[in-house]
Amino acid sequence: MLALLLVGPLLAVLQRADGFGALGPADWSALRFTVLQAALSAALSCALAVPVARALARRRFPGRGLLVAALGAPFILPVIVAVLGLIALFGQAGLLNAVLASVGGPRIDIYGLQGILLAHVFFNLPLAVRILLHGWQDIPAERFRLAASLGLSDWARFKVLEAPLILRLLPGAFVVIFVICLTSFAVALTLGGGPRATTLELAIYQAMRFDFDLARAASLGIVQLGLGILAGALALWLAPASGFGAGRLDVLPRWDGQSPMARASDTVWLGLAAAFLLAPLALIIGKSLPGLALLGPDTWRAAGHSMTIAVVSTALCLVWSLALSTRRGALWSLGTIAISPLVLGTGLFLLLRPYVNPFDAALPVTAVVNALMALPFALRIVVPAAESARADYGRLAASLCLTPLAWLRWVLLPRLKRPLGFAAGLTAALAMGDLGVIALFADPDRATLPLQVYRLMGSYQMEAAGGAALLLLVLSLGLFVACDRWGQANAAP
Amino acid sequence: MKALTLAAGTLLATTVAAHAQSEILTVYAPDYFVSEWGPGPKIEELFEARCDCDLQFKPGDLLPRILLEGERTEADVVIGLNTDVTKRARESGLFAPHGADMSALTLPIDWQDAVFLPFNYSHTAFIYDTTRVSDAPDSFAALVEAPDDLRLVIQDPRSSISGLALALWVQAVYGDGAAEAWAKLAPKIVTVTRGWSEAYGLFTDGEADMVLSFTTSPAYHIIAEGDDTKRAAIFPEGHYFMVELAATLATTDQPDLAADFMAFILSPDFQGMIATGNWSIPAALPTADWPDGFKALDLPETVLFFSEDEAAALRDTAIEAWRQGLTQ
Repeated sequence: MLALLLVGPLLAVLQRADGFGALGPADWSALRFTVLQAALSAALSCALAVPVARALARRRFPGRGLLVAALGAPFILPVIVAVLGLIALFGQAGLLNAVLASVGGPRIDIYGLQGILLAHVFFNLPLAVRILLHGWQDIPAERFRLAASLGLSDWARFKVLEAPLILRLLPGAFVVIFVICLTSFAVALTLGGGPRATTLELAIYQAMRFDFDLARAASLGIVQLGLGILAGALALWLAPASGFGAGRLDVLPRWDGQSPMARASDTVWLGLAAAFLLAPLALIIGKSLPGLALLGPDTWRAAGHSMTIAVVSTALCLVWSLALSTRRGALWSLGTIAISPLVLGTGLFLLLRPYVNPFDAALPVTAVVNALMALPFALRIVVPAAESARADYGRLAASLCLTPLAWLRWVLLPRLKRPLGFAAGLTAALAMGDLGVIALFADPDRATLPLQVYRLMGSYQMEAAGGAALLLLVLSLGLFVACDRWGQANAAP
Repeated sequence: MKALTLAAGTLLATTVAAHAQSEILTVYAPDYFVSEWGPGPKIEELFEARCDCDLQFKPGDLLPRILLEGERTEADVVIGLNTDVTKRARESGLFAPHGADMSALTLPIDWQDAVFLPFNYSHTAFIYDTTRVSDAPDSFAALVEAPDDLRLVIQDPRSSISGLALALWVQAVYGDGAAEAWAKLAPKIVTVTRGWSEAYGLFTDGEADMVLSFTTSPAYHIIAEGDDTKRAAIFPEGHYFMVELAATLATTDQPDLAADFMAFILSPDFQGMIATGNWSIPAALPTADWPDGFKALDLPETVLFFSEDEAAALRDTAIEAWRQGLTQ
């Protein structure tokens, strides 16, 4: 069904276009740039995620839960909001340049490859941190206890416990982020500073909306999809499938990392990450607050539609991710973020058009597409835990002749509750923020909140647009935190 | 949960309400048209008052959607097209002559198109804030030669209509020297955005001194905000003409209503509202009848415009000059 949903629209576009279109030299340079920026973005996000996740895993301090939740915020921010926030901090007239100017420092320029990387790390560092953090929390506490009682040195403990974990999770995180950055469009354009930063998705946009060249758009879409699947296959091949064995799930105090050096470095990493991720957020909130007073009934209605879509998408995505919670499923699902939303939207439009009025189908289509787009993230979160549960308890379950339902009820779900809650939160928040396919399926009375932000901006209502964006941020974050909390409450069976 | 039930309820209610009347005119319009701040609601109110019908806007992509739908499109009329798509639209054969009397047109250029009917216009221009820029460039040459600390934001010609208009503007002024002009502009260009909204947002946030927008943008600030610090820099080399158009679909099942709508577009009712409704200059209204904020605008003496055939022939050259100049 998943494959059908992916390949069907692509075939529909191809059929309409009568085959593939040739790619020009500009397309190839777009391809090179796309791969370069995506690889760098993913590498940076993953490298920085290791010390931050490690610090979060082994420190206990007041407000830690809140910090973990807030650090997730950038990932679910609507692109346009996040970009404006980053510019408020790093831009020409931004806070950082103002501070630097007041002390006579050099001027920093955000626009260029560095700006794209900055934005991509801003979006994706939280994702990498959360994936690693969940992994760290999945190391049964007994292992750390044992390590402490054996008197393992920091290095030995790292080698025995943490390195295998990082090796198991990081390739997956790298690939997910790489694939997300493959389809980057608005970020790359606004912060890229010009045509040097042309991505494949922009080339697809141009082919589709400006040149009406469906054949070229389809070719580019297939190249992009192929890249995503290739990256997924590579990750599957790289990542060793290993577990830590069964253990208790509750959180025990840790004995490691108590040296002053470790404490200091953890504090610095957490401080830096918090400042980098939360300062732009704070600036956006400060700037947009007055706009909240300007919100009209249209905007509130749009918020209602977005909430409905988010809830439906989340339910759909959770069912899919339970059904597909194997490593192979996770690989194939990568196709869903690598496929261009533009190609997907156009294909669905062509497929559905003979049967239903696309305007009436706007909300259901958006909900299904958003669930699809969030699936790889959900699976990336759910699969490692599901694989561990199968490896650790599969034989026991078989020897007890557990029915599938009993297996689900007593073994799988309790062990998956934490990742499921996180995945649900992520899906809900992503579904709130996604603009995706709506351009062809829009309906005046059923706008979503992100669309409303663009409508307001298009009518010079920059301040009201800021207010609507803030509302979007609050609702996304609210849904995310609510689901995540549910997952963390009583996570033990 | 209550909020959700409420949202679901509103959803149902709007679906039911949409099926009340019989004669329906379906109008495809750009997305920003239909927000409470756009011109859509006013157009709908005025037209329904005289037609005894139900005008329904379907916002979103215009030509891409119609080309995908082909002859089965349910659109009767499309409003908000730009001159850069008219050639493609005309060649599709999906549009029919509008049949409206164009003698009332007050455009700065001669317009004799039987298919595409203008309803408002503007010109590309760089907008600046008089509190931040004291000596704005007074010609295109002065802009190109301006010191590199003058910060500009423009739009991408590959994803934005105004961005494309700028590329054609530079092409019209500089011809074969376009790439060279772009190379001189390059250090001043802070960034290139996907669409007009992002660029204008950056400008109002103070990220740039000047933004590529329209000669009519200051009217919004004058009329809606009582702010006269936003000005368009007027260049004697001329400004590129941007016109918005409406057209009737050949496959419409409401030809009479569609014809009424096309006539309505040039009527004083529509023309009197569109200036402040869409922040553009009415296509058929004498200057004396413009709102005061529009009379106060700085407008160019020279208007540059490529016919659709010229524009189609020059488009790739103009975009390539832009790309070359900015990647050197």
